[in-house]
Amino acid sequence: MKKGGLHPMNRAALFVLADGRFPAGGHAHSGGAEPAVAAGRIRDADSLEGFCRGRLHTAGLVAAALAAAAAAGHDPLALDEAADARTPVQALRTTARKLGRQMMRAARATWPSPELDRLAAARPQGAHQPVVLGLAVRSAGLAPLDAAYAMAYETVSGPATATVRLLSLDPFDATAVLARLAPELDQVAAAATRAAQHILEEGIDALPAASAPLLDISAQQHATWPVRLFAS
Amino acid sequence: MHLGHDLDEKFPHRHTYSAAAPEHPDGTRRALRIGLGGPVGSGKTATVAALCRALRTEMSIAVVTNDIYTREDADFLLREAVLPPERIQAVETGACPHTAIRDDISANLEAVEDLENETGPLDLILVESGGDNLTATFSKGLVDAQIFVIDVAGGDDIPRKGGPGVTTADLLVINKTDLAPHVGSDLEGMARDAEAQRGDLPVTFTSLKDEGGVKPVADWVRERLTHWTAGRA
Repeated sequence: MKKGGLHPMNRAALFVLADGRFPAGGHAHSGGAEPAVAAGRIRDADSLEGFCRGRLHTAGLVAAALAAAAAAGHDPLALDEAADARTPVQALRTTARKLGRQMMRAARATWPSPELDRLAAARPQGAHQPVVLGLAVRSAGLAPLDAAYAMAYETVSGPATATVRLLSLDPFDATAVLARLAPELDQVAAAATRAAQHILEEGIDALPAASAPLLDISAQQHATWPVRLFAS
Repeated sequence: MHLGHDLDEKFPHRHTYSAAAPEHPDGTRRALRIGLGGPVGSGKTATVAALCRALRTEMSIAVVTNDIYTREDADFLLREAVLPPERIQAVETGACPHTAIRDDISANLEAVEDLENETGPLDLILVESGGDNLTATFSKGLVDAQIFVIDVAGGDDIPRKGGPGVTTADLLVINKTDLAPHVGSDLEGMARDAEAQRGDLPVTFTSLKDEGGVKPVADWVRERLTHWTAGRA
């Protein structure tokens, strides 16, 4: 078992994986920013920050814990089921699996492993993205904490990037939002990793199940829009 | 065949999971993938529709569209009934049409593979990009060849300006020649400039709204497919 992500010898792999340009399909998804912008809930940098904070501590925490658990070697199919249970809305399950399938392609191109192959065969339409990400982290020789960080970061960077496109928001302001959220990102990644560690004694129910009703509802509505820029 | 298997064992990482592998596991050739790029309004969707009509009795075709706004191009193709609905897939690109065909091709690859898996044997898949600027070109991981479509009303200096689309596309289509007199475009000048940029690479002038206007493009596609099936990319 690798030490936590502070191990100095293999940080580079995490940069490759967490890079916004890692080709796993994320650029076409807004993380709920598109419906939030349309509803006036994201209007500027401050409201973007509020949105991202909310997502980070709910969907972000859940996803980060799933990713950490997958990176730790827990059964990916059981985690996939746990992810389903924590995603009440069909549109978000579909999105998570689509992104998981796309992440699987990128993961097998970068850090191929028999574990990834097995999950790909068992879930040809895609396992939940956090589970696949966790397995990719594992395959790259990184730690559960690294998986939690990568997942949590994506939870906020996706909406920030999308909002730059949707609102022509100053990109410097958007990036400053992410910088201000960094301490909370640290906390969420740590909490997610701790929760994943409790699976051994408590079972998979140890994973957080924080819900964000507005994200869920707006995601389901967004999926029915005839005209939209982002897939989710 | 045996050599490939040995190489798989010696170099298990050699396969990427993009367009690189031209053969299915059973040794049959997968569908030829041709991308259509070019600025907004140049006639990409019209070219796709005309190609489907011209070629659909000769070959099994499917289309992936990359609307900037979801579904409109796909809906156009459906309304024009150029192909049955299950052969047309629309992919959202998150306001970045060039990203989806070049920097992160995941969503398009997935759509292409879904079509191959679900629509039975395909000979040709056309991937139409969302309209973009002159630098947006298709990744080789996504397509085997690309057509770049510009039109005479978009400025007769475009061939001279060049750019990756004009210069490197496997086929350059200069469309809407019927408009040239109305917009003062010098077609001969465009032809000279295009040749200067492209050397021997083919250029064709079309007026797609004319009967049979797509023929030069269709002929080019037929030729590419013949090469492809014969095992030559």
